[in-house]
Amino acid sequence: MAEAGAGSLHGGDAAPPSPPREQELSRRLRRLYPAVNQDETPLPRSWSPKDKYNYIGLSQGNLRVHYKGHGKNHKDAASVRATHPIPAACGIYYFEVKIVSKGRDGCCEILHSKEETFQERVFGFVFSPLPPAIPECLLEKRYMGIGLSAQGVNMNRLPGWDKHSYGYHGDDGHSFCSSGTGQPYGPTFTTGDVIGCCVNLINNTCFYTKNGHSLGIAFTDLPANLYPTVGLQTPGEIVDANFGQQPFVFDIEDYMREWRAKIQSTIKRFPIGDRLGEWQAMLQNMVSSYLVHHGYCSTATAFARVTDTTIQEEQTSIKNRQRIQKLVLAGRVGEAIEATQQLYPGLLEHNPNLLFMLKCRQFVEMVNGTDSEVRCFGARSPRSQDSYPGSPSLSPRHGSNNSHLHSTGADSPTCSNGVMSTKSKQSHSKYPTLSSSSSSSSSSSPSSVNYSESNSTDSTKSQQHSSTSNQETSDSEMEMEAEHYPNGVLENSSTRIMNGTYKHEEILQTDESSMEDSCPQRQLCGGNHAATERMIQFGRELQMLSEQLCREYGKNTMHKKMLQDAFSLLAYSDPWNCPVGQQLDPIQREPVCAALNSAILESQNLPKQPPLMLALGQASECLRLMARVGLGSCSFARVDDYLH
Amino acid sequence: MACVLEAPLRMSVLSEVTASSRHYVDRLFDLDPQKVLQGVIDMKNAVIGNNKQKANLIVLGAVPRLLYLLQQETSSTELRTECAVVLGSLAMGTENNVKSLLDCHIITALLQGLLSPDLKFIEACLRCLRTIFISPVTPEDLLYTGPDHQTILFNHGAVQNIAHLLVSTSYKVQMQALKCFSVLAFENPQVSMTLVNVSVDGELLPQIFVKMLQRDKPIEMQLTSAKCLTSMCRAGAIRTDDSCIVLKTLPCLVRMCSKERLLEERVEGAETLAYLIETDVELQRTASITDHLIVMLADYFKYPSSVSAITDIKRLDHDLKHAHELRQAAFKLYASLGANDEDIRKKIIETENMMDRIVNGLSESSIKVRLAAVRCLHSLSRSVQQLRTSFQDHAVWKPLMKVLQNAPNEILVVASSTLCNLLLEFSPSKEPILESGAIELLCSLTQSENLALRVNGIWALMNMAFQAEQKIKSDILRGLSTEQLFQLLSDSDVNVLMKTLGLLRNLLSTRPHIDHIMSTHGKQIMQAVTLILEGEHNIEVKEQTLCILANIADGTTAKELIMTNDDILQKIKYYMSHSNAKLQLAAMFCISNLIWNEEEGSQERQDKLRDMGIVDILHKLSQSSDPNLCDKAKTALQQYLA
Repeated sequence: MAEAGAGSLHGGDAAPPSPPREQELSRRLRRLYPAVNQDETPLPRSWSPKDKYNYIGLSQGNLRVHYKGHGKNHKDAASVRATHPIPAACGIYYFEVKIVSKGRDGCCEILHSKEETFQERVFGFVFSPLPPAIPECLLEKRYMGIGLSAQGVNMNRLPGWDKHSYGYHGDDGHSFCSSGTGQPYGPTFTTGDVIGCCVNLINNTCFYTKNGHSLGIAFTDLPANLYPTVGLQTPGEIVDANFGQQPFVFDIEDYMREWRAKIQSTIKRFPIGDRLGEWQAMLQNMVSSYLVHHGYCSTATAFARVTDTTIQEEQTSIKNRQRIQKLVLAGRVGEAIEATQQLYPGLLEHNPNLLFMLKCRQFVEMVNGTDSEVRCFGARSPRSQDSYPGSPSLSPRHGSNNSHLHSTGADSPTCSNGVMSTKSKQSHSKYPTLSSSSSSSSSSSPSSVNYSESNSTDSTKSQQHSSTSNQETSDSEMEMEAEHYPNGVLENSSTRIMNGTYKHEEILQTDESSMEDSCPQRQLCGGNHAATERMIQFGRELQMLSEQLCREYGKNTMHKKMLQDAFSLLAYSDPWNCPVGQQLDPIQREPVCAALNSAILESQNLPKQPPLMLALGQASECLRLMARVGLGSCSFARVDDYLH
Repeated sequence: MACVLEAPLRMSVLSEVTASSRHYVDRLFDLDPQKVLQGVIDMKNAVIGNNKQKANLIVLGAVPRLLYLLQQETSSTELRTECAVVLGSLAMGTENNVKSLLDCHIITALLQGLLSPDLKFIEACLRCLRTIFISPVTPEDLLYTGPDHQTILFNHGAVQNIAHLLVSTSYKVQMQALKCFSVLAFENPQVSMTLVNVSVDGELLPQIFVKMLQRDKPIEMQLTSAKCLTSMCRAGAIRTDDSCIVLKTLPCLVRMCSKERLLEERVEGAETLAYLIETDVELQRTASITDHLIVMLADYFKYPSSVSAITDIKRLDHDLKHAHELRQAAFKLYASLGANDEDIRKKIIETENMMDRIVNGLSESSIKVRLAAVRCLHSLSRSVQQLRTSFQDHAVWKPLMKVLQNAPNEILVVASSTLCNLLLEFSPSKEPILESGAIELLCSLTQSENLALRVNGIWALMNMAFQAEQKIKSDILRGLSTEQLFQLLSDSDVNVLMKTLGLLRNLLSTRPHIDHIMSTHGKQIMQAVTLILEGEHNIEVKEQTLCILANIADGTTAKELIMTNDDILQKIKYYMSHSNAKLQLAAMFCISNLIWNEEEGSQERQDKLRDMGIVDILHKLSQSSDPNLCDKAKTALQQYLA
């Protein structure tokens, strides 16, 4: 008791709750409202010490509310709002309030309670003894309102009395809908009762519960962004809130189940209006285009054959794209640039941002020891690849190693498809339609042009051999991919990443199969001195390219950041274990790879994103948007529910 | 004329096909079982979808032979199965086919078949049974219904066998098992008590039922599961304050009453809820605040709605069909809700047009609605306040009296019960009811074969006589006739006897009334009293009888009827020393009234009773440990001192 008193003396209104309890609350809130993005729209967790009338006292982690005004008439009414408004993405929101004391009798309790007396002194308020200070009649009439109000509604009032304010009052059981006069609604409530308030953000209604029993709809057409609110008007009134700290008396989850079922059946029954198999054709097209996009050539062909559809893109084109993607994913970015320039002349010249991104990646891969420009020095010993974190033990059994695939995908769930594409699109639109090619623009700095020219010729020569061998193996790889592909797609929302990871493994395997022993120690540029020299030289070129782009198109913070990050790797003795070491992770090749693939497709007048992913991204974005504009049904129509 | 023409025509058609049909039947009699089997299989193929062929085969007597083969132990299971299939096929035909099959006692044969170990044969039998029972011509009582059949099924292990089907992965199977339980447990304590302890996969049945109440489950499943739990609760197998009743079953049933549900579901929901809360005031209170149930029910009276009439004929038809059911269900639920709590009654009556609806309901043509309306009225008539206000405002007594004319007994029972309440002394309806000839009606009810009606009739008369004026009392006595009064006093039912004694007591109050009635009926009443005091009756009856004597002793001239009856005086003396204090007290009232001073002839009476040894007893009683007896004895003794 003494401890508790001291606690409230120091902590005042904001006595910090014990961490395990907070964790329990977080866990429960996540389970109740999984669709809420709590970074964007935090959930109410307690009453706000800032958003209350001064006749209100808070304690017990700002969950307990007591009245400390005179309670003479309605001018002494006082309310408090929760810390945050109810996010629409809750779909169904619920909180409960327990009436600890209905007042008058409770006054004595307060005066004798050490804890509460301390609290009062902190606020410079001493409870007057009981009557005659307060007329008897007023004490008989207990005012207590539980409800909702918008931000800014006068707190010197009970919930329900004003515009955008709604309440259920204990003395008469009436509901108050933004009006000073109530409507008969439910039973009265008093000490010991638990009153719950449920906001349905799907149909914008609200109902109350009393001791676990639903009392029926109280309000309809509720506005958005309401705060849980409680108002008191009689000395001695004490109520405790439960925003999810405790299990609720009312079975709110059962109510949620009903609405989830309702919404899902609405989706299920949504009329498609199938005209002569249009729907089926569309679905087939989505699958087919997805396969083609990622270069699953054989699967796509087989699918087209079975469904009797045609593939827009030519076989060779798909294979070309796949070859380039494989190179990027294998970390052989230099070769990939080479191949792109060869197969799609002018593409990179028209996309200087993409080229820069690729070159930055190439630099990183040089550090890694993977890029062919440094590999050629290492006399086929880029063993550093072995010890990639998360890379599988390279054995034939990898094909069935599904669990590994999943875990890799789960490691980087934030790198979702929708986000990526948005970003790349933005960067494109920043520098629209570059009319001048990079060679013409680089004429102002001849030295750099020379460098890059000699560079490219070098790499072409040296890589001739390896690229052909790569091509030879590609067919057999294709088949394997086709075989394992379905596993990846269905398991997680970050589909593209998983595909990418998978390919990466494939390539690793083909590469590694030719290497007998593996070196456990990772070294800069594979430990080769000449390679390091080459890397540093390349770095200078990259720096110059950056400066050149800056001159031509103005400052680009993204480029600057990329370059900075890449160069930072050299500042550490062990780049793999440094703050920017994450760049070396093979998973970082995937966004680069995707950007390149999209650019190629776009240049061929094909969609730069597969319609399937577009639809998925659109659905996710639509749900996010629904949450933002206050459409609660988004909470029961999660994309995840349909991707099992 | 038409018949004559038609007959030969039919004959000729028949004779044409008979040849081929006869062949099929003949083959059933082959000596080679293999050939018989083939014959049955061929017959099966021949009758599928061919009603004419079916009729022919029946006419040619295929059914008895098939049944014979089906029942023969010596037949191969294959043959028996094929027979069952053919019979099932025949049952698929016209209603006449089914009738013919029933005439051949097919049900017994098929049920017998269910005992076979062969699953395929059982399946064929079941299919055939199903087809037959789906037909409207099959009488329902051939199938198990009612408490006896519940017990039969129960004794054959139905509960254990069906329980595991509840967790089947097939919704259809689950649902059928659930329905089966709802029927088995209905008003059957034995089944209900068993169900609570049955578990499937480590889960008790009530828990499984609660899961089926979840709000995302199909409505049919929620409703049926709630019915199971309701039966179990009413049977006492689950406490009424158990959370699975209060927090799950009750709210679920209230939801079933909501506008969103189908009309059938709303009817069933309301009826089940009425049954669940019928006898428990806490459940009534909870239901009354849940989801505005009382207001929600008012909507049950709005069918067919004016909208449906205009927009959609089909909808109108549907509404009309359910309108009666909806109204009676709502009345029933209102009756249960208002059974005990005055506040709830008030809320019900304050619902829009409630009294008008009841009044209208009382004169509806549908017996079910009338009955439910009367029940509702009865429940509400338990409120003193309502009797004085809304009942009077709406002249409820008028339609009620009308209901009491020529109604079936089940309505009469509730209506007369209601009348009892309306005849209470403080009820303003009492006067008009009397004027509309209630005495005659009630007297006739006391002669009914139906016990409940006799009780209610005499009960109402008793209420009517309480503190009534002389004329009413005389009217009652005249209407009832002395013979009937004695008839009732010797009624085998103690309730009737008690209420009759109560009537007598009410009649014999206030001195002029006592003297008047005793002057006309004194002899008979004294006889009846003697008879009862001598008879084998319980304490309450004897106490009531002694109270009647005490009332008589309060009269002026009536006193003499006791004082001159030594037999009665001895009896009073006997009861003063009885082991039961209640009877002692009642006897003392008599003595007190007889020896009271300041009344004419009190001295003589005191002397006579002293001579009988009453004073000695009084002295003894004044030492009693029972304060009531002690006080009473002391007061009586004071009369002697004065």
